[in-house]
Amino acid sequence: MSTVSTGETESPRSRETGVRTTTTGDRLKALGRAEFSLLVRNRTALFTALFVPLGMIVAIRESLGRIDLGDTGFSVIEASMTGGIGMVLVMAVYGSLTSAYTARREELVLKRLRTMEASDREILVGTALPAAGLAFVQSAVMIAAAVAFLDVRAPRQPVVLVGGLLIGLVLLSALAAVTSAFTRTVESAQITSMPLFMISVVGSGLFVPLEALPDRVASLCELLPVTGAMTLIRAGWLGGAEGNDLLGAALSALVWTILSVFAVQRWFRWEPRR
Amino acid sequence: MMNDAVIEVEELRRAYAGGFTAVDGVSFSVARGELFALLGTNGAGKTSTVELLEGLARPSGGTVRVLGHDPYTERRSVRPRMGVMLQEGGFPSDLTVAETVRMCAGCTSGARATQEALDLVGLTERSGVRVKQLSGGEKRRLDLALALLGRPEVLFLDEPTTGLDAEGRRDTWELVRELRDGGTTVLLTTHYLEEAESLADRLAIMHRGRIDVTGTPAEVTATRPARIRFVLPEDVPAGRLPLSLRAAADGRAVEIRTQRLQRDLSELLRWAEESNVELGALDARSASLEEAFLDIAARGAETVEAVETVDAR
Repeated sequence: MSTVSTGETESPRSRETGVRTTTTGDRLKALGRAEFSLLVRNRTALFTALFVPLGMIVAIRESLGRIDLGDTGFSVIEASMTGGIGMVLVMAVYGSLTSAYTARREELVLKRLRTMEASDREILVGTALPAAGLAFVQSAVMIAAAVAFLDVRAPRQPVVLVGGLLIGLVLLSALAAVTSAFTRTVESAQITSMPLFMISVVGSGLFVPLEALPDRVASLCELLPVTGAMTLIRAGWLGGAEGNDLLGAALSALVWTILSVFAVQRWFRWEPRR
Repeated sequence: MMNDAVIEVEELRRAYAGGFTAVDGVSFSVARGELFALLGTNGAGKTSTVELLEGLARPSGGTVRVLGHDPYTERRSVRPRMGVMLQEGGFPSDLTVAETVRMCAGCTSGARATQEALDLVGLTERSGVRVKQLSGGEKRRLDLALALLGRPEVLFLDEPTTGLDAEGRRDTWELVRELRDGGTTVLLTTHYLEEAESLADRLAIMHRGRIDVTGTPAEVTATRPARIRFVLPEDVPAGRLPLSLRAAADGRAVEIRTQRLQRDLSELLRWAEESNVELGALDARSASLEEAFLDIAARGAETVEAVETVDAR
């Protein structure tokens, strides 16, 4: 390294010199941008996020072909597409963020960021932004494509749909942070994220709409973490649930989100175990 | 004078969940513009201490003040005014050097331009390289660049030259000196004696979670005895040495530890001359920081042995 001119190293800035301080926006932008580059460069994660949910739609459609959807008022392709959005939430957001949080912790990136000006919350949100943003766009594209080419009805209650999607993004990002607290390595993230993945796929209406399940099973499944968000998304797009059902789903999603955020504050680990 | 202290540490303690106490009642203060070195062997508790000063963890006991604030509870007030070089890592391996600097610049008020930051540490040519392809020394320099991004008032450097080659180490020393001359307060940890000796205005030697001695390098060495060593001929028993020399013999090898090197050395040489004794491998040296350091480390080792013996019974 070359000798530096004194001009460059001189006089540490004091508070009074009026240097522009960073804002939450600056920090989220910087963190999100870096994380976006990392997401794009991680081929496996990108592939999982972009294409596996699409493959899952086909799988859901196949399995639904053998189930009677008579009572639900949804066609097979409609149930498959809303299930696909659930897959995006569970795989592209929850799965990839569990790995991302774990990787950043193991690489001591979280520790470094905490020596700078970003707050703990900003670090977690900034890291989640690209995956969550990508999932939002992906869902929008899936909805548009389904309406345009697959003869699926246009969203019946767009506000409920967007609301369900947004709370789903927040909830699954928070759940990813909680899961990563119990995950030592990126490799083991595949295993630690499996329980919630399985529970959601089976019990939160991703494969089979809850409406098609026996009542007693369905009311049990309504208590699962992702069910509320899924119900909002399905009702927002395809109609069906209204009034108290929607309120119940929104409440359940909200409670799970609050619990998850609390769990993050309580259990999230910023440094690897020693 | 007290108002001028940028870092104040009192009776600081840090115990880990397993019960291990890494920092066990450490106190010191660093004045504005001072370069303070925390010197110690691996595992002495240096990094555990520095992390408390950086506000990365809550102390188990005692207090820390950095620029008048508690760095843990008042993180927001302190962060924009301090720079931190971690002991290792902290870079996403798939980002390039420039992207890493940009990410951190977004979280640093009044950050230098990426180019300028990389120029400071001589990494300009590596700006497009992925971090995982950097050598260990290059990573240290990137770390230093990030610590300097915001032109901090207080700089924490945790083993800044570990893994650097001789030239890289000299360059880093030069840079750190310039920063200090520009008024930056610097706290660095190191296990290199010459680093502490050549850079520090004041230093503390840390061992087993405690500070054994604090002062300027000259003050610290002044507390240690000088040493004279030689080997006696076979036919001269150590008992013939003048008693005033307080020599310790191990077979034919003799060591004299003294606070008055010149007087004792003269006496020894006079005796040898008069008795016609040839002193082999004669070596006399005044106390050095190295000896102070090794003394403290050795004392610790003895304590361990003593404890182990007790346990064995």
